[in-house]
Amino acid sequence: MSEATSTGYPEENYLTQGSTLKSWLLTTDHKRIGVLYLLTISVFFLLGGLFAAGIRLELATPQGDLVQPETYNRMFTMHGILMIFFFLIPSIPATLGNFLIPLQIGAKDVAFPRLNLASWYIFVIGGCFTLWALVSGGVDTGWTFYTPFSTLFSNSHVLPAALGVFITGFSSILTGLNFIVTIHRMRAPGLTWFKLPLFIWSHYATSLIQVLGTPVVAITIVLVAFERVFHLGIFDPSVGGDPVLFQHLFWFYSHPAVYIMILPGMGVISEVVATFSRKRIFGYKFMAFAVLAIAVLGFFVWGHHMFVSTQSVYAGTVFSVLTMLVAIPSAVKVFNWTATMYNGAVSWDTPMLYAIGFIGLFTIGGLTGVMLGTMGIDIHVHDTYFVVAHFHYVMVGGAIMAFLAGIHYWWPKIAGKTYPVFWSKLAALIVFIGFNLTFFPQFLLGYMGMPRRYHAYPEEFQVLNVLSSAGATVLGVGYLLPVIYLTYSFFFGARCAQNPWGAVGLEWETTSPPPTLNFDEIPTVTGEVYDYSPKKEAQVV
Amino acid sequence: MSVHVSPTSTYVKVFLTLILLTATTVWVAFYDFGILNNVIALGIAFAKATVVVLFFMHVKWSSPLIKLIAGAGVVWLVILILFTLGDYLTRTIHYTAPPI
Repeated sequence: MSEATSTGYPEENYLTQGSTLKSWLLTTDHKRIGVLYLLTISVFFLLGGLFAAGIRLELATPQGDLVQPETYNRMFTMHGILMIFFFLIPSIPATLGNFLIPLQIGAKDVAFPRLNLASWYIFVIGGCFTLWALVSGGVDTGWTFYTPFSTLFSNSHVLPAALGVFITGFSSILTGLNFIVTIHRMRAPGLTWFKLPLFIWSHYATSLIQVLGTPVVAITIVLVAFERVFHLGIFDPSVGGDPVLFQHLFWFYSHPAVYIMILPGMGVISEVVATFSRKRIFGYKFMAFAVLAIAVLGFFVWGHHMFVSTQSVYAGTVFSVLTMLVAIPSAVKVFNWTATMYNGAVSWDTPMLYAIGFIGLFTIGGLTGVMLGTMGIDIHVHDTYFVVAHFHYVMVGGAIMAFLAGIHYWWPKIAGKTYPVFWSKLAALIVFIGFNLTFFPQFLLGYMGMPRRYHAYPEEFQVLNVLSSAGATVLGVGYLLPVIYLTYSFFFGARCAQNPWGAVGLEWETTSPPPTLNFDEIPTVTGEVYDYSPKKEAQVV
Repeated sequence: MSVHVSPTSTYVKVFLTLILLTATTVWVAFYDFGILNNVIALGIAFAKATVVVLFFMHVKWSSPLIKLIAGAGVVWLVILILFTLGDYLTRTIHYTAPPI
């Protein structure tokens, strides 16, 4: 990463347009809103991480001697709710997406800037309700709020937590709506659909899921509230309801929600792999259609979460076959990233380290997903640590690695500062090692039959559990390092050049950090996307 | 892009149609049509939603893209219902393996 020359750094940029709290809380600048989201989700990530630490600490010994079983139930529930609804779902779209989509399409802002700010406030309000549930004593239903436990039996604070998830869903819908309209209506002259970066394509696909899927989970939560408060028979069999209906409605959203978490990550990885391989993405159009295919197919597979729920075996068979189909566009992504690197001028900068980590970990997460989509295997390992390991490989090994790749790649654009190369590479390595040490043993534990959501376990599982807990400590250090050096960089880091990676793309055509309205003059696009030919050399530190 | 402005009479007609359909819902609730009970109730609800979407929300006069987005919402609802029913309607069918 190169540092700025004396003329490269803009004295007037979006960060210098007011430093008061009011200037941030009332901003309609998409870049500032992206930063607000980044700070907010970081707090939720920290909280969710603390609960994860509690879980791993408890599981270091087989006896269940650290906390009461009820407390343990609340810890894993709060970990899931905070990490999924308040960190992973908004992580890349609301921070990097907000910051970069207008920049990458040559627009001055998103289509509805005030709605954008409103979505952040709605997110914060939703978060407050969930925190209220947390400080009141927490929830013990699991993040899935399965009925009839969540409606009739649970004595924990289900309503405020569910209300928090319900409210924050609107934030997600508004962000998705804003992105769809922005991408349709505000592209710079000459920027046709097949000149869009894959980051934009993946956010478009993600936004479609957010708009089409989120209302269903919102309605489902309202029905849970109605049943819990008014004792209406919707999910309760004793008054004519069906608990499995909840699972259908819940997973209709929550399986596609996995793609809300991973598709933006795929967009980040595409940008990073192209830049650090100095090559156009291999099979660009296939990559664009692959994200759309994943988004659409993702709506047809939810029943694979319900193979042991009394769901009909015929429906299960259909869902199982459809689940296999998602592997096709997912594999297209992995093969094409690899093919892009082939014969490319690959450099091993920090974002690329995370991207390589993503490709490997996502592949393991994806392939074990195919295993779980097979009914016979799923019945054996359902609700075991095999499932826990699988979805952490996708969500943590995939989504969070991509988030970190993106943060490191665009940090010079966001902050206009450099970060320490040694420490950032070390952190990437620590995260990769810590992650595998935490979650690979869980595949073995699950396959041997250790169920999830129990605070005690047989003694023969202790070695693998201790390895996992030790890995979590390493992983925690890996996550803490970027927080420290990026915060330091933001305030005290050296100024960097406008385009330190020598990357192509409209976001690098403007200054780093960009001015409030992004471009002095709206650019006209004439070239192709990822035009690294003739090769642009990265500027040397 | 020109914006369609509906006359007030359109909204009055929409209002009266919705009231009429609501009254129909209440009226049919007093009769037992057996298996058709839900079909009739949902049919009336669907008709009401269609009136709101087409006339009150101006989709009838909107661009093809808006119509596509609105249509996609309906298609996605159909996916939800179809695959959920795919479970419920086949639960009682038991598969017996043929003798080897």
